[in-house]
Amino acid sequence: MTIFYFVAFLSIFFALMTIFTKNPVHSVLYLVITFFTFTVHYILLNAQFLAVVNFIVYMGAIMVLFLFVLMLLNLNKDTEPMKSHLVKFMGVIAGMCLLVTFLGAFRVLETNNEFVQGHADIGLVKNLGKVLFKDFLLPFELSSILLLTAMVGAVLLAKKETRTNQNG
Amino acid sequence: METAFILEKLILVVIIFVVTLVIAMYSTLAERKIAGFMQDRYGPDRAGLFGLLQPLCDGGKFFFKEEIIPAGAHKTLFILGPTIAIITACISSAVIPWGQTLTIGDQAIKLQVADVNIGVLYIFGVIALGVYGIMLGGWASNNKFSLMGAIRAASQSISYEIAMGLSLIALLMVTGTLSIGEIVAQQSGFVNWNIWVQPLGFLIFMTCAFAECNRVPFDLPECETELVGGYHTEYSSMKLGLYMFSEYINMFVSSSLMAALYFGGYNFPFMYDLGLSENWITILGVIAFFLKIFGFIFFFMWVRWTLPRFRYDQLMNLGWKMLIPLAIANIVLTGIITIVKDTYF
Repeated sequence: MTIFYFVAFLSIFFALMTIFTKNPVHSVLYLVITFFTFTVHYILLNAQFLAVVNFIVYMGAIMVLFLFVLMLLNLNKDTEPMKSHLVKFMGVIAGMCLLVTFLGAFRVLETNNEFVQGHADIGLVKNLGKVLFKDFLLPFELSSILLLTAMVGAVLLAKKETRTNQNG
Repeated sequence: METAFILEKLILVVIIFVVTLVIAMYSTLAERKIAGFMQDRYGPDRAGLFGLLQPLCDGGKFFFKEEIIPAGAHKTLFILGPTIAIITACISSAVIPWGQTLTIGDQAIKLQVADVNIGVLYIFGVIALGVYGIMLGGWASNNKFSLMGAIRAASQSISYEIAMGLSLIALLMVTGTLSIGEIVAQQSGFVNWNIWVQPLGFLIFMTCAFAECNRVPFDLPECETELVGGYHTEYSSMKLGLYMFSEYINMFVSSSLMAALYFGGYNFPFMYDLGLSENWITILGVIAFFLKIFGFIFFFMWVRWTLPRFRYDQLMNLGWKMLIPLAIANIVLTGIITIVKDTYF
């Protein structure tokens, strides 16, 4: 439990650092550390597979791409577009709404549920695979189709306009 | 028990660490010797017998060179870059099984630091992390050439990670486990090596390993003719040394990974037919494993002094339009063969 509180403190600390730091590249790096603390949380929950997937996908791929884009744009204090106060105000309201939603969702969460407590090993890759491909096959396949759709959409958006004009 | 366990693992970690560093050190010499051999010249032979002290001289020189941090550089990240590069290179060897169990007295010592059941994924994660070292170093240098090198490194490693992952999925379909220890244990003898069932997967994996290590023909992040030096243009002294060193360590780790996943790891032909005791099999297994690793390291160097460098668009075309479709085809093929084998044989 002590480890949990320590790691939770680190998560919140680095999450706050992500928001409050001025330099975008620093911000991304703090976010990387925040994701790393999430990985530690997953390991504490005995969810090895989730931990390592979080590590590979978020830290290893998505944040590298974030950093990639930031480096290409080379944002810094001088070139950063000034946001109006209205945008900031709206951001605060949206964030608070999200917080209220999360609080409401977690209040009704039953942590004493038998299913949650009785499956301590569900995070191991063998058990997780069996559950995903036997009990939750349809939702799993549907979400993979959702991801595929997003991928096709992204490729279509990134495709050069000129070629489609010539053909059509 | 607990202290003995920790002590055992600690000794193993120290041994592997030292062996990794020594191999990386002598890879630099081997590379220059092999280059010399291929270009019909001697290579370094002044320091010590056959130039054996050359790596020590290089290391000493790196330490005593002036350390320069450019005025416009971001100091913390500039130091963090090579640090991350060398740390990620060193920790990736933790899940590789170097041999079977060694029995000393009544103590059975497993020659693997951590046999986690997600070993393959762990290696993947560490490889993915390794690119941060190059990216941060390149960006923090505040130099356009370094930045170009860093961006090239990032996009290259992301592109080739996909094909690498897909080629590994086909292997995992055959082996049915993510633990490297188990994958190696399944390949006992000679006919059970995974290379016989996954030749295409191995070729894709090896190509991607070359790209992930930034080795020729995929060494575009450090393409001297275009980028002055690459992501490490502004680095001097031991920081440059650490980048170079991490490249050689990565080469060693990926060689050992290829040997373990596809070429049977510590298994060698007729290992149980010679009537040797357990310990001897283990020791011979470790030697066989290292011979395979050295073979792959030699192959890395052979390719470096044989093939020219790719152009950047060729690199991207190869990664996205050749390797990824091939890897997907390999997965489908493996799936079909597995089903046919299960139903008809």
